[in-house]
Amino acid sequence: MKLMVSVKRVVDYNVRIQVKPDGSGVVTDGVKMSMNPFDEIAMEEALRIKEAGNAEEIIAVTIGEQKAQEQLRTALAMGADRAIHVEVDEDIQPLTAARVLKALADKEQPGMVLLGKQAIDDDQGQTGQMLAALWDRPQATFASKVDLDGQKAKVTREVDAGLETIEVDLPAVVTTDLRLNEPRYVKLPDIMKAKKKPIDTTSLADLGVEAAPGLKVTNTAPPPERQGGKKVESVDELVSELKNRGLI
Amino acid sequence: MARESSKPRFVWEDPFLIEDQLDEEERMIRDSVRTYCRKQLMPRVLEGFRHERFDREIMREMGALGMLGSTIDGYGCPGLNHVAYGLIAHEVESVDSGYRSAMSVQSSLVMHPIHAYGSEAQREKYLPGLATGDLVGCFGLTEPDHGSDPGGMKTRARRKGGDWVLNGSKMWITNSPIADVFVVWAKDEDDVIRGFVLEEGMKGLEAPVIEGKFSLRASITGSIAMNDVRVPEANLLPGVEGLKGPFGCLNKARYGISWGAMGAAGFCWQAARNYTLEREQFGRPLAANQLIQKKLADMQTEIALGLQGALRVGRLMDAGRATPEMVSLVKRNSCGKALEIARTARDMHGGNGVSDEYHVIRHVLNLEAVNTYEGTHDVHALILGRAQTGIQAFY
Repeated sequence: MKLMVSVKRVVDYNVRIQVKPDGSGVVTDGVKMSMNPFDEIAMEEALRIKEAGNAEEIIAVTIGEQKAQEQLRTALAMGADRAIHVEVDEDIQPLTAARVLKALADKEQPGMVLLGKQAIDDDQGQTGQMLAALWDRPQATFASKVDLDGQKAKVTREVDAGLETIEVDLPAVVTTDLRLNEPRYVKLPDIMKAKKKPIDTTSLADLGVEAAPGLKVTNTAPPPERQGGKKVESVDELVSELKNRGLI
Repeated sequence: MARESSKPRFVWEDPFLIEDQLDEEERMIRDSVRTYCRKQLMPRVLEGFRHERFDREIMREMGALGMLGSTIDGYGCPGLNHVAYGLIAHEVESVDSGYRSAMSVQSSLVMHPIHAYGSEAQREKYLPGLATGDLVGCFGLTEPDHGSDPGGMKTRARRKGGDWVLNGSKMWITNSPIADVFVVWAKDEDDVIRGFVLEEGMKGLEAPVIEGKFSLRASITGSIAMNDVRVPEANLLPGVEGLKGPFGCLNKARYGISWGAMGAAGFCWQAARNYTLEREQFGRPLAANQLIQKKLADMQTEIALGLQGALRVGRLMDAGRATPEMVSLVKRNSCGKALEIARTARDMHGGNGVSDEYHVIRHVLNLEAVNTYEGTHDVHALILGRAQTGIQAFY
């Protein structure tokens, strides 16, 4: 079985985000970019499935600008066999991404598509679910454990009430949560070897996908600055402070 | 994905955009090593330094990542360029100079001479194990009475039958107490310096720990005592004679230090910036004072210039155009400046600066050794002085 893993180029999680003065988005010029950490977890899970002998090939996919190939190289260095770059200069919305992944799933026929439960840049958290709907296959979201059993997968999901285990038929879409695994460190020799692995470049037009301009960002603003704390002497004082501020 | 703005933005952390001057692979290598260092080394260093403990397992972890002998191509090594090697040293030393020392000694002072001067049999015997970290190596050049003047070494190698017999002692040897492989330099009966590969367990070979160091406490340092150690001819490094053997190794290691020391300096600078932004006195952050900002500006300037210099020498080294004088210049500059930066950062931390919890005092203490070993600040000045006046002033 083939596994397809979608990875997104995002501002590195260590970077302190700066909003552009005109509110049109965040500053990315000269800012360190990385693979979305949830996608890294998806990539790691795919590698573990392959290493356990349950998959033969891992295809890493990204949708984005030319530079997003760096994240594909990281995926190849981690152990993906080949990569597909869908080159798009505009912002990618979840529905567009889902349509692209559907087109690629039709072409590649993977037994599982793995992706992060959300990307840490816009935190939309929709692509996996939309892909499952378009592809008309089961979805197992927020996975914290994945067990393969022939043509089925048993997936433990992190839900509000705790953990929920479901069984899905393959092919299926799996979106990965933080506690699924700890991604490996990329080995330096593997970075050198990744150079020789193939990246195919394609476009929305080649895939017959229409971009979905359904969402428009009207403004981006930084969160309000945190106000200094205050120490109170007693529980009574705490309660009255909270009441005064209308918080209870 | 936001469109790139046309107006250039000043990135205060990276004023000359070193990031742009690295290729994709170099950045990936740096990032992978950085993740390892922050997740695996940083949590150990406080206890390691406080209690003078080096975790042997670190060598295997570094080996598993491909960080040992990384510029060698083959024998289990990845064949990275020298810029990538510098970036690795930078990341490791931003955690601790002792960890970087352990890595540089293995890479530049043990694996490099075996690769460059060793026989094919020696390469195949030692390099794969050293690359994985299953074997630990050390480098014996400095002696109790010969530091800056290694040519005066007293260690002797005499021929006896088909073998060599080594006598002498070496001092300040990183990794020696845990070493399996010892690259030792000794003078033969014709006063020619030769390199030998000794192995742990050889009769008459001992490597006791040097205790009480106030520097590089997270790495292990010892001496080497050789008392009639019998070494087979097969363990002589056949490819080199004279001081150029050890100096060739040191050149690589010193180049790595030029990056590494800037890593330590960078940590101290960022720590001082964060601390003075957060610490309020007289009702405002320390960083609001001109004295503090001037210090931060000096740190930023020296680090930006220092890294740019190290990168330039790395590129020249990869093109086969670097000279030892260039390496002296950047090693000397990086160490001297890093030490100054670390001391200033310590000062900016006030009383907290002397606590190891803040890490800056550790870098100060480490950099005292880094400024001294592999050619002191002053000796590198003499190399540069000789190069421009034509007059040697060593003695």
